[in-house]
Amino acid sequence: MPAVRGDGMRGLAVFISDIRNCKSKENEVKRINKELANIRSKFKGDKTLDGYQKKKYVCKLLFIFLLGHDIDFGHMEAVNLLSSNKYTEKQIGYLFISVLVNTNSDLIKLIVQNIKNDLNSRNPVHVNLALQCIANIGSKEMAEAFGHDIPKLLVSGETMDVVKQSAALCLLRLFRTNPDIIPGGEWTSRIIHLLNDQHLGVVTAASSLIEALVKLNPDEYKGCVSLAVSRLSRIITASYTDLQDYTYYFVPAPWLSVKLLRLLQHYPPPEDPGVRGRLNECLDAILNKAQEPPKSKKVQHSNAKNAVLFEAISIIIHSDSEAALLVRACNQLGQFLSHRETNLRYLALETMCLLATSEFSHEAVKKHQETVINSLKTERDVSVRQRAVDLLYAMCDRTNAEQIVHEMLNYLESADYSIREEMVLKVAILAEKYAGDYTWYVDVILNLIRIAGDYVSEEVWYRVIQIVVNREDVQGYAAKTVFEALQAPACHENMVKVGGYILGEFGNLIAGDKRSAPQVQFQLLHSKYHLCSASTRALLLTTYIKFINLFPEIKTEIQNILKCDSNLRCSDAELQQRASEYLHLSLVTSTDVLATVLEEMPPFAEKESSILAVLKKKSGRMSAQEAHKEARAAGGAGGAAAAVAAGAVKNSTNDKNAKNSSADLFGISTPPVNSQNNSSSNTGVLVDVLGDLYSSSNNSSMPSVATNGTNSASPATLTSGVTDNIKKFVCKNNGVLYENDIIQIGVKSEFRQNLGRIGVFYGNKTSMPLQGFLPSVSISSADSGRVSVQVKPVESTIEAGAQVQQFVNCECIDHFEDLPEMLVCFTYGSVPQRLSLKLPLSINKFFEPTDMNGESFFARWKNLSSPSQESQQIFKTTCPMESGSIRTKVMGFGMQILEGIDPNPENFVCAGILHTRTQQIGCLMRLEPNRQAQMYRLTIRASKDGTAKILCNLLSQQF
Amino acid sequence: MQFMLLFSRQGKLRLQKWYVAHPDKAKKKITRELITTILARKPKMSSFLEWRDLKIVYKRYASLYFCCAIDQEDNELLTLEVIHRYVELLDKYFGSVCELDIIFNFEKAYFMLDELVVGGEVCETSKKNVLKAIAAQDLLQEDEEEEEALYYGGLYWKSF
Repeated sequence: MPAVRGDGMRGLAVFISDIRNCKSKENEVKRINKELANIRSKFKGDKTLDGYQKKKYVCKLLFIFLLGHDIDFGHMEAVNLLSSNKYTEKQIGYLFISVLVNTNSDLIKLIVQNIKNDLNSRNPVHVNLALQCIANIGSKEMAEAFGHDIPKLLVSGETMDVVKQSAALCLLRLFRTNPDIIPGGEWTSRIIHLLNDQHLGVVTAASSLIEALVKLNPDEYKGCVSLAVSRLSRIITASYTDLQDYTYYFVPAPWLSVKLLRLLQHYPPPEDPGVRGRLNECLDAILNKAQEPPKSKKVQHSNAKNAVLFEAISIIIHSDSEAALLVRACNQLGQFLSHRETNLRYLALETMCLLATSEFSHEAVKKHQETVINSLKTERDVSVRQRAVDLLYAMCDRTNAEQIVHEMLNYLESADYSIREEMVLKVAILAEKYAGDYTWYVDVILNLIRIAGDYVSEEVWYRVIQIVVNREDVQGYAAKTVFEALQAPACHENMVKVGGYILGEFGNLIAGDKRSAPQVQFQLLHSKYHLCSASTRALLLTTYIKFINLFPEIKTEIQNILKCDSNLRCSDAELQQRASEYLHLSLVTSTDVLATVLEEMPPFAEKESSILAVLKKKSGRMSAQEAHKEARAAGGAGGAAAAVAAGAVKNSTNDKNAKNSSADLFGISTPPVNSQNNSSSNTGVLVDVLGDLYSSSNNSSMPSVATNGTNSASPATLTSGVTDNIKKFVCKNNGVLYENDIIQIGVKSEFRQNLGRIGVFYGNKTSMPLQGFLPSVSISSADSGRVSVQVKPVESTIEAGAQVQQFVNCECIDHFEDLPEMLVCFTYGSVPQRLSLKLPLSINKFFEPTDMNGESFFARWKNLSSPSQESQQIFKTTCPMESGSIRTKVMGFGMQILEGIDPNPENFVCAGILHTRTQQIGCLMRLEPNRQAQMYRLTIRASKDGTAKILCNLLSQQF
Repeated sequence: MQFMLLFSRQGKLRLQKWYVAHPDKAKKKITRELITTILARKPKMSSFLEWRDLKIVYKRYASLYFCCAIDQEDNELLTLEVIHRYVELLDKYFGSVCELDIIFNFEKAYFMLDELVVGGEVCETSKKNVLKAIAAQDLLQEDEEEEEALYYGGLYWKSF
């Protein structure tokens, strides 16, 4: 046994030796059980157990716990040790409590009482034990019990330094449990002034605390900026002998330096030119030191020095204002890219990702493109290669997209399985984002499927289909390319899916060429049919029925396939159903009906690439919370896939709805006869139309026949007794607009760029027809010429219980203020009715959400500084301030919520572009809820004069 | 820092310190997962990896792995040096520390860590100050042992 001061516990050492001498796991378990039984009986029976024995047994329990066994007793004895007047017994008691505490245990009151006694002890060693225990556990009860005493201990002049250090971090831990425990007022400045403390250990501990406080409440602690800068400046300019034991391998106080730099990152660059200058001098000095020859060859020296350097670079990136520093930082990182230390290469790649997003350093980062591509090829560590992929993704722009995508595709062939899926997503996003020419995009995606088909998720191949459907110029090329790709002897099933879908829609575009005549196309697809899974077969059956429409000449051949036993009597119900329904559709309907039913799919509603959401979700560099938010944004349980189904991320804010929408790219489906209709909706007559999604259970990729020409599919939950809901439609696109005893009017709309289509559904709730039915829409004179609406005609009679739909096409020409008026006239039982409503068409519908980082947000914000570009309202809330519902509304408003920009997580910062025919209007927004006052402050800035005011008026009505 | 784990090359856990509350089951799962992941890595690889939404920083000293989980904004390089400082302290205290020292004196290893890191944040970076605090604890222990020796070895027998 190694020699340690003090004799320790002999019984414990013997026990540990016994365990180590056990030859097998079984023996070990046996020995442990024997010991547990022994301890249990000692604790139970022997009333005369003294402190030493208790300590010994408690220690044994701890050891057994460390071996991985559960310990369910001994807590009481440990608590008893807390009140021992022997330090070592107390200490072991605290250790047991810290390691094995159960926060909801009945003992917590006893523990708290013991801690209280020790906190009040005159012996600083006891006080420290108590503080460390609180910091280790940090439960709610402790925050309550000690939230009052610890701040006092921290700032009191009588407290010893070593106690202050623990007190600072103890307070930090309690603050994380319950942010309310920090007293405000005069305490703020006393806490801040700990940065001036003589003792560097106290400053180090305090700076951790202050950093956390600043994060939550930067304004209150603003005073710390200048103190932090001068402290930092003193450290940086100190020689390494000045700070004695706080110099670590020739680096003066690296921990404190990093903490101070961290703290300063919560603020914009200091306004005071003196402070700002001093900070820049520090940063300059740190960059200079990086170029000096090392004072020691030890890795500890280089690590500590570079830790400070990376933190300095981080603050340079954060302020994003000093171009010279940014470029220097970039050059420094460039050197690290080929450093022999793997850790430095890793961090350099990671940090450069951030530099790539700054406009000052983006070009400088691009200079290292070859080195980064080289790392991708030569790094032996997958986590470093992963960083290289990230960096390539970040530095990609229009000028180098082709090369980067090309290199990533090359690498994908040999890439580690663990990162393939993420790479596929990244390539897909880059190809879409920088596609000058969509034929290139189609090629890239098909290559992805060819190289890494297994890793191409639904979102990716859904997306290529969406884009092809939406872009006429690429449809012919896509058809030709998939046709060629399908000719490969072994092609991935995803290729068959994409090929099947695209040929079903656009096969006619290449049918003129003999080599891809209808029959050839059909036979090529059908040659894959038997090798595919049921979901792909189902898709192909839809392709076949679409072929019947496109190519009447092969109708009989296809009917024969549908008729054959393997389809018509297929054991898979879905396939059987499709085969039989499609067969009958082709047999009984006229060509006209067939052509209508099987019409080309209408364009998909576009908001944000759902792939991006998936990537964000996947990426480990995003906090779990953010990932969670992302998932919510994408539609709750259904996740990102459901968002695709719902057509637009912002439509799917209702979790229940999202669950109903299957992960079906193809939106509205023909419900199989036996399928239950949307059971969660209730009795409104609109159920059939608005609730026409059916959950396709496992078949997440079933294509369908276009029926009523819309791909937006978020059913509204209908509630009875609804009257006029117009206000709510500012933040949502679908739902019931108006309802009375006679009629229910529902709306389902979709918007793209500056265009929109609103589907209005009129349901007759009565048992008599509504006659002379005539809805009309008019624009207010103020807005004439700013927005145009074109109302499609509708039948003049709505039969009893029936429903008709009407489409209103709209275009945003300029920013407009008022919702168009809608007048619905009809006769019910010879009584004329007149409903004066508003059409839910507000300017914010033409938002495109825009993602950006904090740097560019603030740069843009500053640019929009003229008074006519800004509008601010401070108003009282009319509904409960629940952050989930605020978020839903903000999201529904159509702008992108930018996370992590506002230091206060309660606030929302958003960005979006309004599309009008004449121009694009950039808009930025900040919404600050104040729960105490039950108020909001809403600030909007927009590039066009007057737009901000309109938006502000619209949104402020929502809360 | 969210937690620190010490484990052997054979995958045996030697010390665990959690600064964020998790149920025991979750702790076990995390520990198992990380030990497997890290033991599978090769020597020349970087000391950092991304794991769930945390950053993992680890370093091997002889037969022991030291592994810390830190938040996204924490500094990886300096975390390596927290580990190193801890190793230095153990080394100084035990006199060229080995895995056995930590097995037999795990409570000391805990006490030492509590002086260096409190609530997941670095508390005292001066080696001298930490050792001073530990020495003061030992002194208290010795006093108590002397007392005990007196009690058991002297007074107790006399009164019998």
